[in-house]
Amino acid sequence: MLALQYVRSVPRYAALKATGGRPKLATGEFSVLHLGDVEDPRLPAAGWHQVRPRLAGICGSDLAAITGHASLYLDPLTSYPFVMGHEVVGECDGSRVVVEPALGCEVRGLDPVCARCAEGRPGLCENVDSGDLPVGLQTGYCSATGGGWGETLIAHPRQLHEVPASLADEAAVLVEPLACSVHAALRAEIGGDDVIVVQGAGTIGLLTVAAVRQLTSPRRLIAVAKHPSQREHALRLGADQVVRPDEAFQRIRFATSARRLDGRDRPLLLGGADATFECTGTAAGLNDAVRYTRAGGTVVAVGMPGEVKVDWAPIWQRELHVLGAYAYGVEGDGRRTFEIALELAPRLGLEALTGPLFGLGAYRDAITYALAAGRLGAVKVAFDLRNLGA
Amino acid sequence: MSRPGAVVEIDRTMPPVLFHHGEGVRLERLPVGSRVIYGPDPLPGLPHPQRAIRRALSHPIEDDPLPSLLRAGMKLTIAVDDLSLPLPPMAAPDVRQLVLQEVLELAAEAGVEDVHLIIATGLHRRMTADEIRHAVGDRVFSTFYPERLYNHDAEDPEGNVHIGVTEKGEEVTLNRRAAESDLVIYVNLTLVPMDGGHKSMATGLASYRGIRQHHNVKTLLGSRSYMHPPDSDLHHSCIRQGQLIEDAVRVFHIETTVNNHSFPSIANFMQKRETDWTASDQAAFLAVKQVTDLAPTHIKRQVFHSMRAPYALTSVRAGQVDAVHEKTLESVREQLTVEVEGQTDIVTIGVPYIGPYNVFAPMNPVLVVCTGLGYLFNLYRGRPVVREGGVAILSHPCRYEFDSVQHPSYIDFYDEVLADTTDPHQIEQRYEERFATDPWYRQLFRKSHAYHGVHPFYAWYWAAHAMQHLGDVIIVGGDRDTVHRLGFKCATRLEDALEMAEQTVGRHPSISHLRLPPLLLADVR
Repeated sequence: MLALQYVRSVPRYAALKATGGRPKLATGEFSVLHLGDVEDPRLPAAGWHQVRPRLAGICGSDLAAITGHASLYLDPLTSYPFVMGHEVVGECDGSRVVVEPALGCEVRGLDPVCARCAEGRPGLCENVDSGDLPVGLQTGYCSATGGGWGETLIAHPRQLHEVPASLADEAAVLVEPLACSVHAALRAEIGGDDVIVVQGAGTIGLLTVAAVRQLTSPRRLIAVAKHPSQREHALRLGADQVVRPDEAFQRIRFATSARRLDGRDRPLLLGGADATFECTGTAAGLNDAVRYTRAGGTVVAVGMPGEVKVDWAPIWQRELHVLGAYAYGVEGDGRRTFEIALELAPRLGLEALTGPLFGLGAYRDAITYALAAGRLGAVKVAFDLRNLGA
Repeated sequence: MSRPGAVVEIDRTMPPVLFHHGEGVRLERLPVGSRVIYGPDPLPGLPHPQRAIRRALSHPIEDDPLPSLLRAGMKLTIAVDDLSLPLPPMAAPDVRQLVLQEVLELAAEAGVEDVHLIIATGLHRRMTADEIRHAVGDRVFSTFYPERLYNHDAEDPEGNVHIGVTEKGEEVTLNRRAAESDLVIYVNLTLVPMDGGHKSMATGLASYRGIRQHHNVKTLLGSRSYMHPPDSDLHHSCIRQGQLIEDAVRVFHIETTVNNHSFPSIANFMQKRETDWTASDQAAFLAVKQVTDLAPTHIKRQVFHSMRAPYALTSVRAGQVDAVHEKTLESVREQLTVEVEGQTDIVTIGVPYIGPYNVFAPMNPVLVVCTGLGYLFNLYRGRPVVREGGVAILSHPCRYEFDSVQHPSYIDFYDEVLADTTDPHQIEQRYEERFATDPWYRQLFRKSHAYHGVHPFYAWYWAAHAMQHLGDVIIVGGDRDTVHRLGFKCATRLEDALEMAEQTVGRHPSISHLRLPPLLLADVR
C-alpha cells in the first residue's frame, strides 16, 4: 500500500533539532518521512478490522515529531517505522468510522487489564509494550497498526466509532482532537463563577474553547489567539473574549480584577484566571499560563509540550494544580469521551476548520502548510485519501 | 503693547499654515477663503514678580493680609497645583516656587512651625520627586520633602474627610490635613479660564466621591463651554462645593496667571504667525520637520518633553476665592481672547504632543480625544467655532500607544470599554464604577504614578459635548484601526479629510483653523 512512513534516524533527528526544524529541511534532505509502498498491516487477532482512511489530519504532535521538536520521552513508547496519522475518518465494512487511537489493554488483547484501563483510561495504559501489538501509545505511533497517512490501517472494534451520516468527513476528521479537548475541559472541574483562559488557538485550542463552552458554564471564557482567522473561529466557537498573546496579561488582569506586577522577564498577576488550558505546548505559553493563573488555580496542559524550559517557581509558590490532559477514555458520567465528542461535533460547524486538503504525494507542501497554518488562515490541514486507488 | 489675536482669511498669497501633529509639525494649505484664528501675542510679564507677589499677599482682595492670618502654634497647610499646569512645563523658576518662597517666609516670620505642603493632584497621578522639586524649587523641596511636602492621596480612607452635601445634593470631601488646618493657602496657576477658583480645592484636594459630582456626562454636557465658567455646570458645581469648604475651613487663595509664551527660542517659530516667519524661523521649521519626520518616536518624545516654556508671570492676586478668581479670569481673557465672527462648517485643529494628562508620556488615543475634542474644541466663549452638525478635523498620528505606568486603566478603557461602546452615557452607566473601584488601579494610583482608575472616563466625558455637537470627526494621519475604535473617521491627508467632510456639511464649506500655539480663547459672536 502507499503510505507516508516515519523512519527513525538519530542523525536526522539531531540535525532537525539543531536547525530548529525548519520546514524546508523537515520535508527535504533531513526528512524522517518516506513516501512509498509499504506492507499492509496484518490483523493481529480475530475481530480486528481493516480501515481505509478517507481524511487524516496533520496534528501538532505529528509536526513536532517531523521537525525534531518531540520529547525524547516518547521515543521508547513508540515502535518504528510507523505510518503516521491518528486523526482519521475512514471506511470500515461499508460504514464511515472515526478511530479512537489509544492502544490500551483491551485493544492489545490483555486480560486482566491494567489499573488505568480499568478506570477507563486506555490513554494511560501501563501495558503499552505488551500484548498483541508492539510498543506504541496510539495508532499512528505504532509499527503494527498502520496510520491515517496510508491506504489502510487496522483497528480493534473498541477503537471504532460510527460517524452519523450528517457529519461530513471534514468535520469527522476533527472528532479525535475534539475528544482530547472534551477530556481536558472535564478534567478542570470548572465552576460557574470561574474565569477560564484557553491559551493558543490552533486546532486543540479552538476545540477546547468549544468543549469548555459546550460542557461547562464559566463566568467568562477568554481565548488567547495570535492570528485574525483564529480570533474569528474562537468567537464563533464560544469564547466571550479573544485577546492577542501580547495583551493576555492586561486583559486577564482586567477580567479577574487581579493586580499585575511587572517582573524583569514577564509580568505576573496577583489573582488571575481560575483555570488555564495551555494549548500551545510552548515554553512561552506555559510560562505565561503559570503566571496569570491564580494561586490555587489549575493549569491544564493540553497541547503536547516538548522538552521546554518552564520556571517552576510560580507553580510552587502559587500552589497551582498542574494537570496533564492526554487523550480520552471514559469520563465521570460513565460515557466514553468519543461518544461525547461525536454528540457535540454536529453542533459546532467543524468543517469550517478543515482545509486545505492535500494528497499524500503532496506531503511536503502539506507539512509546510501545516507548519504555518495559523499565519495562512488555516486550522486543520489534512490528507485527502478518498481518491486513492479510485 | 502686544498684538491682539486675529482672524485672517486665506488668500492666494498666504503661506501654508502650521499644524501640530503629535510629536511633529506640518504645514498645510487650506482652501482660499478659509480663516485662521490666531491668539494674541504673549503679554509682557510683570517686571518684578517677587515684589508683585509680596504686594498681593499684603493687599489681598476681600480678605485680611496674609501676615495677619499667620500665628505661632497654628496648623498651616499650603496646597499647590500639580504638573497638569502649565503646558508645556514652565522653565525654572516655576511660578509656584516664587509664591511658595514668599508665603513660607511670612510663615517663618510669624513663627508658624506646623506647615505641610500638599500637591493638589485630585485624581491625577502622583508627581515624582524630581517633578515636585522643579515646581517648588530646591530650597523648599529640601526643607519639606517628603514628610511635609507630598502628594494628596484621594484614595486614602483615613486621609480624606466628608465635609457635607451641597443644596443640590453634591457630596463634598476634602483632604484631612487641609480640613483640620487653621488655615489653608492655595497656590494656583491659571492658564485657561477653566482653571482656578473653587475648582482648585473642590477637585485638587477631593476624593472620587467628591469629584464624581461634577466630573460626569450630564454636568459636562451642561458646560458650554467649561472654558467660560458662567456657562459651565462644572464650575457651578465646584462653586457650591467650594463654598461648603470655605464654611468648614479658613481658605486664603492665591492665583497667578502667565502669558501664552509656550515654546523656547529653538521652537519659537511655532508661536509666530506664518506671515511673520523670518528666514531663521523657516530654517528652524525645516530642521524640526526633518528631525520629527525621521527620528524614532521615543527620541522625538524625549526632545519635545524636555522643552520648558518661557512663560512670564502676568498677574498675581490673593484673598477670597471668588473675588480673586473674577480678577484672574480678566487677566486670562486679556491674554487669550480673540473675537471671531460667526461659526463655520468645519474646524481644523492640530493636536500637539502634550496635554494635561501626559506630561512625560505618550498621548494615547483616549487623550487625543480628550485634548482635541475636550480642551481644544472647548476653547470658546459663546458658541463653538464650528456649527452644530459641523465637522472637526484633527491632525495627530493617534497610535495605539500607552504608558503603562501613568495610564494603566486607559489601556483597559480603550481595549474593553471602547470595544463595546463609545457613547459617554453608556460608558458611564456600564463601566465607571468598576474602574473607579478596581483594587489594582487603586494601588497603582496610590503607590506608583498612575492616574486614577476612573480618569480615562473623565477624559472621554470631557469630549462628550463636542461629540454631541459635531456631525463628524476626522483624524488626519491617524492609525486607521485606532481611529475607528474611537468611533471616528480617518484620512491620510488634509485634502482628503476636507473632501470627506463635504459629505456631512455639503459642498464649499466654510473652514476655520484653530492655530495653536499660542493658546487662545475664541469669543464667537
